[in-house]
Amino acid sequence: MRYIFILIFSLFSPPVLGQGWEDQRLFSNGTSSQTLRILSNTDTRFFAPIIESFLATQPSLSIDYLVTGSADLYDIFRTSPAEFDVVISSAMDLQFKLANDGYALPLNDIVHPNWAQWRKSLFAFSTEPAAIVINRNAFKGILTPKSRQDLIEALRARPETFKDKIGTYDVRQSGLGYFFATQDARSSETYWRLTEVFGSLNARLYCCSGDMIDDLISGRIAVAYNVLGSYALGRTDAQSEIKVILPSNFPTTMMRSALVSRETRFPTAARAFIQHITDIQADGEKAAAFPLPPLDQTAKPLISLGPELMTYLDILKRRTFIQEWESAIIQ
Amino acid sequence: MIEVGQISGSLRKRLIITLIGGGAVLAVLIYLIVRTYATQIAQQGQDSILGASVTSILDAANLRKGDIEIDFPYASFSMLKTASDDRIFYAIYQDDKFLSGYERLAKMNPKTGTGSTFGNTIFKGANVRLASASRTLVGEGLRTELSITVAQTRDSLNGTLNRIGQNVALFGAGFFLLVIILAFWATSAAIAPLARLTSSITRRGPHDLSPVISPVPREMAPLVFSLNKLMGRLDQSLTRSEDFIAEAAHRVRTPLATVRSYAEAMLQRVEKEENRRAMRSMIRAVDESSRAAGQLLDHAMITFRVDNLDRRTVNLSELVTDLVIRLTPIAEMRDVQIKLEAGEAIQVSADVILIQNAIRNLIDNALKYAPQESVVDIVIVANPRPEISIKDEGTGFPNEEMHILANRFERGSNSESITGSGLGLTIAQDVAEAHGGRLSLSNQVKGGACVTFSF
Amino acid sequence: MKFLLVEDNQELARAICYRIESDGHVIDHAPKIRDALVFVEVGEYDLILLDVMLPDGDGRDFLRQHRAKNRATPVIVLTARSQVSDRISLLDLGADDYITKPFDHAELDARCRAVLRRKSGTAQPIKKLGDVAFNPIAGILTVSNIDVTLRNKELRLIETFMNAPGQIFSKQKLFDRLFSYSDDVSENAIEVYVGRLRKHLVGSQLRISTHRGLGYRLDHD
Repeated sequence: MRYIFILIFSLFSPPVLGQGWEDQRLFSNGTSSQTLRILSNTDTRFFAPIIESFLATQPSLSIDYLVTGSADLYDIFRTSPAEFDVVISSAMDLQFKLANDGYALPLNDIVHPNWAQWRKSLFAFSTEPAAIVINRNAFKGILTPKSRQDLIEALRARPETFKDKIGTYDVRQSGLGYFFATQDARSSETYWRLTEVFGSLNARLYCCSGDMIDDLISGRIAVAYNVLGSYALGRTDAQSEIKVILPSNFPTTMMRSALVSRETRFPTAARAFIQHITDIQADGEKAAAFPLPPLDQTAKPLISLGPELMTYLDILKRRTFIQEWESAIIQ
Repeated sequence: MIEVGQISGSLRKRLIITLIGGGAVLAVLIYLIVRTYATQIAQQGQDSILGASVTSILDAANLRKGDIEIDFPYASFSMLKTASDDRIFYAIYQDDKFLSGYERLAKMNPKTGTGSTFGNTIFKGANVRLASASRTLVGEGLRTELSITVAQTRDSLNGTLNRIGQNVALFGAGFFLLVIILAFWATSAAIAPLARLTSSITRRGPHDLSPVISPVPREMAPLVFSLNKLMGRLDQSLTRSEDFIAEAAHRVRTPLATVRSYAEAMLQRVEKEENRRAMRSMIRAVDESSRAAGQLLDHAMITFRVDNLDRRTVNLSELVTDLVIRLTPIAEMRDVQIKLEAGEAIQVSADVILIQNAIRNLIDNALKYAPQESVVDIVIVANPRPEISIKDEGTGFPNEEMHILANRFERGSNSESITGSGLGLTIAQDVAEAHGGRLSLSNQVKGGACVTFSF
Repeated sequence: MKFLLVEDNQELARAICYRIESDGHVIDHAPKIRDALVFVEVGEYDLILLDVMLPDGDGRDFLRQHRAKNRATPVIVLTARSQVSDRISLLDLGADDYITKPFDHAELDARCRAVLRRKSGTAQPIKKLGDVAFNPIAGILTVSNIDVTLRNKELRLIETFMNAPGQIFSKQKLFDRLFSYSDDVSENAIEVYVGRLRKHLVGSQLRISTHRGLGYRLDHD
């Protein structure tokens, strides 16, 4: 629903999307003349410290930080690239397609490791695995699953306990969810078996990780699958309720990335912002002071930035995948 | 004095320019050929990957309930990964209906089953290489044509080509440099025999007209042949002129000598004063003619030689002493004494024959004009420059005529009674000037002429 | 003295022979090189007068052969060529002097005398007449053991007289002997030289007598 709403809305350009945003925050010291508009799918709390440290060095700037889901973000930006200066997203495939289709401004002088950037247009700045997050109470007396296989067995052993208690992304709505699902499916057959198990347990489908984690903490669901570990760990208030499990055989690890709109009004400021994030995140020690996980080349298997990311964005491929997914999860 | 003639270009320059020009053309040609070839190979590399990508997508297609389903593998795109992070675009068409990918990507119409077709186009502001292939799918009562186009920017290719281009350009430049060095070397090697010939001819003395015998390259043989022929002709003509002069002298003098001897014999027999005077005049006329002939021929010889001085180191004192010995009998005839004051050996670089002739003429003159039983003083000094002064005790030069005496056939007004042609001073002056010196005439305070021949 | 003249021009040869014989010398005439070679084989000569251009060859060839046989007889070349280079080559070939045709007999006489003076050394002929000795080559007159070096004209005058003592020589004859035709002097100049010679002969057995209208004569007491 929201997807369509935003599409319609964005036709009335310039879009004033105030009420459409999941979150919006203006960082300003009041004297600023330029306002950098950052379109992001990352929760504001993860970015606030970085933005503040950036503004400390750039007093003449202010930043309008706009948050929306990764799929919406992709559509909004494609519709009006001139409205935004920086785009940040965890959906690597969508970010890659934006860059591939020429929406990104190449920043040739940014110093960044080659494996974490593409065409000097798309800059990855964090390494984050998708995790299985469980509610500790629900798993009392049960062996904590270490892998997807463990999880399948645990769920199959107690269908009555986990009926309606499983949460995962609605891949039709969430760009990141679709990305994780396709990467999972590509890596292992286990994904489809797991999805079938989820379907048989009448899994709840979420658009966003925030809602999913909220429900997990409240005990409404016992397992949240493919949630970003960083998000779950970020909820420091609820660490006694939930537990983050990185699947031991192959945690799907993505890189959050940023690009500067080709039509940005403030290329210098936008460039400086990208330089700022990459400086912090590429340096483990600096990154430790900030909430986002740093870039880590040793994380395996790492999804690399490359044209193959566009594979599952193909309409035919997506249609086939969604069909299969639906037939597995909606029973 | 020596004309070089018109100079039109330089053989060395022409050779070097031709060689370097050829080298440059060759270097450019090498550059273009290697670059073109490298481009082809690099393009083939990109094409084969694009083709493979297209094929892998086509292979993944199948018909399910009349719908086309293409579950193409991840590798279809991952194989297109390049070092330069090239952008990729693709389009999938069923018959002419756009199915998926980038709709505006130009669709090529490949023939079914003949592999991929390739082409270049501009898409989203970038130069791209594209590959297309199609496949016919046959289902239940359905026959449809599926065509796939995959395109990729050419950054990596261009990077490779630039690298190759740079290397080839470097190679071409190196080659060109080598050609330049070789051109200079080859040119000097080719010119060397010419330079050797030139220096061997330049080093020759003025009268060395012998043919060139040192070996020369075949191409120069006609030149040397012509040169030898020319020198032969010149030698012959010089010898002939010298012979001619000698022959002329002989032909003129022998009959004069005969006439003189007849006249002399006649004089012995004639008693009448009138007749005797006539005979004497006749003899004197003979003497004068013979002397004039001699000086004319000498002058001709001198004119002939001054253009080509055969300079050698000459001991001036020795030369003059020798001349004095030769002339002493003539001096004695009139009881004239020749006093020679010569210091140590005085060396000058001069043409011996010319100097002898000039000094002989000067002493001869002095002896002629000196009165009976007088003294002719000859003084040779070395400093400040070699100089020979000849003084007699005669009447001296008429002051008003001093400046014209050295002119051809000009004789002093006081010389009626003395045989002479008027060429003696001219000869001496010509010789002095040919040696960069001068002849100066003056009269001594105590009387008598003084002629100074200086170098 | 004995001379050899190698000259093909008959007239010139005759004139030269006449003059030389007048000077009291003996002279043989060879018109060709071949003849000259025969002459030098047979006779001893004090001086050779050699023409360069001869009908049967070049005088220089004769000179070369002559010198090759180590003969020291002095040679004066008579040449119609005046070229300095020719003269030099002649001297190089061993000629002692050269004279260019046509020449004044006085010059030939002077050159012969100069060559003989250089060449014959001590073996010089001395003519004696009474108590007077005369060396015609060196030009020395010895009167009562006192040597007097004569000037050229005096020398030629005494030579003429001593070759024919007792003969009267006309002024004209003496003039022809003494002066070259290019000398612009009158015949009366003879008197000056006769006067000088008389002075040299004072106190000797010789004297020169004047014969009015006829000329002069050398008398021996």
